Amino acid sequence: MKPSFRHSLLSLATVATISTLGFAGAVSAQEITGAGASFPAPIYAKWASDYNKATGVKVNYQSIGSGGGIKQIDSKTVDFGASDMPQTDEVLKSKGQVQFPTVIGGVVPVINVKGIEPGQLKLNGQVLGDIFLGKITKWNDAAIKALNPTLALPDTAIAPVRRADGSGTTFIFTNYLSKVNAEWKSKVGEGAAVNWPVGAGGKGNEGVSAFVNRLPNSIGYVEYSYVKQNKMNYAVMQNAAGVFVKPEDDAFKAAAAGAEWNKSFYQILTNQGGKDTWPISGATFILMHAKQDKPANGTEVLKFFNWAYASGSKTASDLDYVPLPASVVALIQKSWGEIKDTGGKAVAFK
Amino acid sequence: MSSTIAHGETPAAMNKAFALSTPPAPKRARSGPLADRLFGFAAKGAAYFTLGLLLAILTSLTISAWPAIAKYGLGFLTNSAWDPVQENFGGLVMIYGTLATSVIALLIAVPVSFGIALFLTELSPTWLKRPLGTAIELLAAIPSIVYGMWGLLVFGPVLAEYVQTPLQTAFSGVPFLGAFVSGPPVGIGILSAGIILAIMIIPFISAVMRDVFEVTPPMLKESAYGLGATTWEVVYKIVLPFTKTGVIGGIMLGLGRAIGETMAVTFVIGNFNQLDSLSLFQAANSITSALANEFAEAGEGLHQAALMYLGLVLFFITFVILSLSKLLLAQLRKGEGAKS
Repeated sequence: MKPSFRHSLLSLATVATISTLGFAGAVSAQEITGAGASFPAPIYAKWASDYNKATGVKVNYQSIGSGGGIKQIDSKTVDFGASDMPQTDEVLKSKGQVQFPTVIGGVVPVINVKGIEPGQLKLNGQVLGDIFLGKITKWNDAAIKALNPTLALPDTAIAPVRRADGSGTTFIFTNYLSKVNAEWKSKVGEGAAVNWPVGAGGKGNEGVSAFVNRLPNSIGYVEYSYVKQNKMNYAVMQNAAGVFVKPEDDAFKAAAAGAEWNKSFYQILTNQGGKDTWPISGATFILMHAKQDKPANGTEVLKFFNWAYASGSKTASDLDYVPLPASVVALIQKSWGEIKDTGGKAVAFK
Repeated sequence: MSSTIAHGETPAAMNKAFALSTPPAPKRARSGPLADRLFGFAAKGAAYFTLGLLLAILTSLTISAWPAIAKYGLGFLTNSAWDPVQENFGGLVMIYGTLATSVIALLIAVPVSFGIALFLTELSPTWLKRPLGTAIELLAAIPSIVYGMWGLLVFGPVLAEYVQTPLQTAFSGVPFLGAFVSGPPVGIGILSAGIILAIMIIPFISAVMRDVFEVTPPMLKESAYGLGATTWEVVYKIVLPFTKTGVIGGIMLGLGRAIGETMAVTFVIGNFNQLDSLSLFQAANSITSALANEFAEAGEGLHQAALMYLGLVLFFITFVILSLSKLLLAQLRKGEGAKS
């Protein structure tokens, strides 16, 4: 700890000295800045501190939300932006940016119903959508019973709980519901914040889980890591192949493996095919400018993520994020050839 | 009062000092005007700077809100839709939530604060005054997020179980009152937010009230007691008329805090952007809560502009309330003149 601190102090001093001499560009790359999505913030922070210990390079990540991350990278105030929502290829092209995924996460329906154990309740997209539309109002509704013929479902009102703040989690959840429930698509649609027809809003994953734990007969949705760390009562989901799956690392990996990354990194991993996939999965993305005004900083950003793919997988798993499959990482490294300096030369990262 | 005394004393003390030191200090006299002028400029500058800052905030708010103002105009205030996906925005739900929670908070906090201040100044035994006063002031030091968590995890369930459910059973079938207490018994909504806000503003209002009650000249009170007035008569006819400016100021301070409070409200109001019943237990939303929740992820464009518009509306509401309180005070003063 101490040597690295001294090192960073030293490098800071160097930066200060040299920048006064007018050579700021060459050395300021010792410190890179990113901002955006809050969902991957814990893993980026952990990677940054590990990377700092390994190389002495300081990575500042500000968790300000995906919308903020997009704004910051557009105005070039940061070296990289982060977003839970991928940008379409057209948008990226018009802004002169590139994107690549870093880790995968999943959104899991959590419930609080007396007598039902974790993983016992089976749901599909249609029923989940109808619950959040306010069409299914009782736990012993015929549609839920049809999926769970053996469960003793209570004759009580369902209390839906959802995110009050705009979030990537909500985007993945509503994107999934839009894909599998036609009425949801026409009435509510998808987005980081939507016009919820029913339900109480909790702030953040912790707000939703507090509501669900407190309100009997409630149902909400939170990120997978939250379910795992708090041992919450979750429901299993029927995926596009018709199989009921549990929310587990392998199910999220299967969702990522099935996407057509070789065509575009604009991949929303909801309702993917394959019998093992968790249907409400999503990757989180990094945004960078294709033309780097400060190539030295661009190099450091790519070096950082290259290091993270190579040596950060275990940390990611420890924090309950799912690392990308090796095939996707290879594609990402190939795509980095598009990131160039002002002279049109690809920015080095090795 | 105290400032005039200070003014009266200082020159007198100075004259004395001048008289004692045989040669009058000419240096001080020469630098006086310049220092005075400098100080005058600095003071004026500070005042104008604040004014300029206010105008700058107002201007930048208006500019950022302009896309929404141009699209919705004043219809924004009466539109109850809030749909970021379809880009249809209206502020009615949030405005209603802000006003309703603040009114509930005042309805609870003003009588309670009045009681506290009255007890502390007129009725309490002397040994209890200090500790009780400090305890109430300590309430003001609790961070608002703690109130929010407490409201969500402790107070909400209690309210749902012991207030809402009995009320619902009692009023089921009664046309107007029944609708007033309807809704899922979860203990979050307008009423819980209002009660939490009341607890948060009680220390402010009661501290101001106690302080102004204490400056009522004892001579006036003792004269009234001497004429045979009861405690209530003394408070109602002597203390309150003497301190009404301070009392109203304290209430306005509390109201301002209630309207602007964000974190505690976010936790207990339910953040629900639909206005489909006037029930006290209905989850709703407030302006500050909507801003805090949605700003980080709001995309460039209409969504952000609509949030800015909401901020402008909040600015306006505070301004109107402040103006109304000034008007009220002016009216009261007019009445005072007529009486004497």
